[in-house]
Amino acid sequence: MAEDREPPPLADAVQTDFREVEEGEDLFVSTVSTLSPTSPEPASFPAEDISTNSNGPKQEILLDDDQEDLFAEATEEVSLDSPEREPILSDGPSPAITPVTPTVIITPRVDALFDRSLDEVKQISINVLYLFSIIQAFYFCLQGDGMNAYMAYKVTTKTSLSLFSRNEFSVKRRFSDFLGLHSKLASKYMHIGYIVPPAPEKSIVGMTKVKVGKEDLSSAEFVEKRRSALERYLMRTVNHPALVKDPDVIQFLENTELPRAVSTQALSGAGILRMVNKAADAVNKMTIKMNESDAWFEEKQQQFENLDIQLRKLHASVESLVCHRKELSVNTASFAKSAAMLGNSEDHTALSRALSQLAEVEEKIDQLHHEQAYADFYLFSELLGDYVRLITAVKGVFDQRMKTWSKWQDAQVMLQRKREAEAKLQYANKPDKLQQAKDEIKEWEAKVQQGERDFEQISKNIRREVERFEKQRVKDFKVVIIKYLESLVHTQQQLIKYWEAFLPEAKAIA
Amino acid sequence: MQTGLEKVLEWFPRAVNVDLQTDATLQVDISDALSERDKVKFTVHTKSTLPNFKQNEFSVVRQHEEFIWLHDSFVENEEYAGFIIPPAPPRPDFDASREKLQKLGEGEGSMTKEEFTKMKQELEAEYLAIFKKTVAMHEVFLCRVAAHPVLRKDLNFHVFLEYNQDLSVRGKNKKEKLEDFFKNVVKSADGVIVAGVKDVDDFFEHEKTFLLEYHNRVKDASAKSDRMIRSHKSAADDINRIASTLYTLGTQDSTDMCKFFLKVSELFEKTRKIEARVAADEDLKLADLLKYYLRESQAAKDLLYRRGRALVDYENANKALDKARAKNKDVLQAETTQQVCCQKFEKISESAKQELIDFKTRRVAAFRKNLVELAELELKHAKKIRQNLYIGNLQLLQSCLAVLKGDT
Repeated sequence: MAEDREPPPLADAVQTDFREVEEGEDLFVSTVSTLSPTSPEPASFPAEDISTNSNGPKQEILLDDDQEDLFAEATEEVSLDSPEREPILSDGPSPAITPVTPTVIITPRVDALFDRSLDEVKQISINVLYLFSIIQAFYFCLQGDGMNAYMAYKVTTKTSLSLFSRNEFSVKRRFSDFLGLHSKLASKYMHIGYIVPPAPEKSIVGMTKVKVGKEDLSSAEFVEKRRSALERYLMRTVNHPALVKDPDVIQFLENTELPRAVSTQALSGAGILRMVNKAADAVNKMTIKMNESDAWFEEKQQQFENLDIQLRKLHASVESLVCHRKELSVNTASFAKSAAMLGNSEDHTALSRALSQLAEVEEKIDQLHHEQAYADFYLFSELLGDYVRLITAVKGVFDQRMKTWSKWQDAQVMLQRKREAEAKLQYANKPDKLQQAKDEIKEWEAKVQQGERDFEQISKNIRREVERFEKQRVKDFKVVIIKYLESLVHTQQQLIKYWEAFLPEAKAIA
Repeated sequence: MQTGLEKVLEWFPRAVNVDLQTDATLQVDISDALSERDKVKFTVHTKSTLPNFKQNEFSVVRQHEEFIWLHDSFVENEEYAGFIIPPAPPRPDFDASREKLQKLGEGEGSMTKEEFTKMKQELEAEYLAIFKKTVAMHEVFLCRVAAHPVLRKDLNFHVFLEYNQDLSVRGKNKKEKLEDFFKNVVKSADGVIVAGVKDVDDFFEHEKTFLLEYHNRVKDASAKSDRMIRSHKSAADDINRIASTLYTLGTQDSTDMCKFFLKVSELFEKTRKIEARVAADEDLKLADLLKYYLRESQAAKDLLYRRGRALVDYENANKALDKARAKNKDVLQAETTQQVCCQKFEKISESAKQELIDFKTRRVAAFRKNLVELAELELKHAKKIRQNLYIGNLQLLQSCLAVLKGDT
């Protein structure tokens, strides 16, 4: 086995940064500034860029004529010396304070840098107006007893949008409230082609454990997982320019009391109706053969199909990684104990000490693996899970378009039939029936026109939605993957620290 | 599975044979090895200036069973009762690796061409690593024998080294294996009794308690380190799959994510390769070290057992002699028995003390070497991964910024 050769000498710029890093500095801030003279200093984005391109970004965010731009009012308020935007928006779900904090060290700086650049270059107007919700889960809010107990989630919203009566407010919500919100939004918007973000899935097992009062690690993890998922769901919903204006959403965020969403229960009447509808839809999907005139749709559908397959595969692999990483952590801890025991029984003093040191190093490493597993999960795995569900929603929207087309086609067929009936009646000479037939024709002509309009509308909406979705997807993935890679870097940093501390101990064995 | 001639000329640095003064009078090594369907053929190469041998340099081909025969002949030899017999090398075990390769072949249809070739390369590398390890283990055994002042002169050893035909040593058949099993049971029961006898000599008493505890703890540590390394390998495999899927995503994606995904896939691939090396190095420097000292400490315990047995025999002979003298019957016989036992005990005790001291020296040196190398390798790999991640991350970030600037 050939020993690896030394890596080729790095460019000087990068080399210096490594040395800096060894003293505990954050690499990215220093490197970005030294690396390329063309890239702007993150802290001070040239304000001139924005003013000259003010038409550009404004057009980007101005949505279609049908939808008034929510943030249009904001563009006038932009001043060239915009206040330093609070980095809260970019941090997304991470700063939530919960009783169970995932021990992930995510450096917010890269994301802030990224988002600052992204936003400052394109959407400076949004800086001034923002909406941001965090969710905290409280154990002691478990109200009721036994199986009637439920977990209450505190939703805190900070916003400067004029839609809301205050700038900052909190409400208590149950899991079923979130599901209820989603179901309302889906029924309102999916059939016109909006991609409504899917809510997190129910889990009877998980909740039962919590209800039973098991104060152990797995139920704590479950609550944290759910809290985090709900937060992401809410953020995605409010980031949708149309959905955030919806009265149901506003009510959800603001109102202290909310009518209980009973229809979200699986075995309720509404639940069963939903299942029946789903089955009917599935059958319809198979029977509708659409004449696709628009190549864009065909192409997009195929792309989403492929994306779905790959993301599912990736998700499965990442979940497997999380599992093995947790296993590695446990096994390393167990080995550490064993090594400590071995060190104790070793009668050569220096070797004994070295073995004890090894045990300590391995113990620290096991903690490291544990944290890395958390990062694997919360950053990577959950993102993939979310997107697998989102793509299902996207596919649903395409299916809605098919349904709309089918309705339009059916109306045309009906119209044809009515016309034929009228023609027949013309010869049969029945004046009253003839009038009825003529009325029906008018009715169906209107329906055909409506059908066509609906179809065109949904097609337009879908195009816009898909474009927004893709942009969001790109951003989400880039941000998360970069954060994830950072967590990997951090792990390696720590490993280096630990082994460097151990090496002299090992060498000291005489 | 036929793997053909595998000339393994580059060796893993020998894990455990430190301080073996190989002098010019006798040098032994395994210069070549061939892996066939279910056996491995080792080419044992000897260089010697001793007059016992016909030539100064020669080679023979030996199989695993012949190594075991040699080891067992040492164990059974009463003359060597006072030595720590170098532990026998473990049987070459390619079953797990072969199974994996077979499973891979069966699952060929379900994965892409690249994935298949990648996994095949992985498994072949694993196979090669196991192969190298087994060769190293066999070599260490021979070197230990050659380094031992008395064992190196053993006649069986010379025959093993020189006789260039098959030694006709067959593996033990079922009956013999059963006999061995019972012998072991009896021996361990006896061992407990013998160990219970308190030794007058402080040195040996201490060694007895020390070795018992040490052996158990090494066993535990060895098992735990194996589990830890297996988890590590599984995690590396997952990263492999993630890298492949990211690659596919990169080739398919319609947005500007494709370059991003490809780059990330590359990063993961690089990381995985190094993580696999980390697991392999941990296996070599830590797991193998512990396994070896598990066997050596057992050999040391065996030595103490033999000495204990001899002590008990000696004490029994003393008692018998006293009784005989009291009854004045068979006194001469009792006297000779007692003298034989006394000599045997003293001979073992004398060499045992030195052997145990040498054992400690070797152990400390081996642990030192391996722990230092382990730490150095871990550092090297972690630095490499970190470097790759830094550069990769940087490039990704730069491309993101470039896109943004371009987008306005």
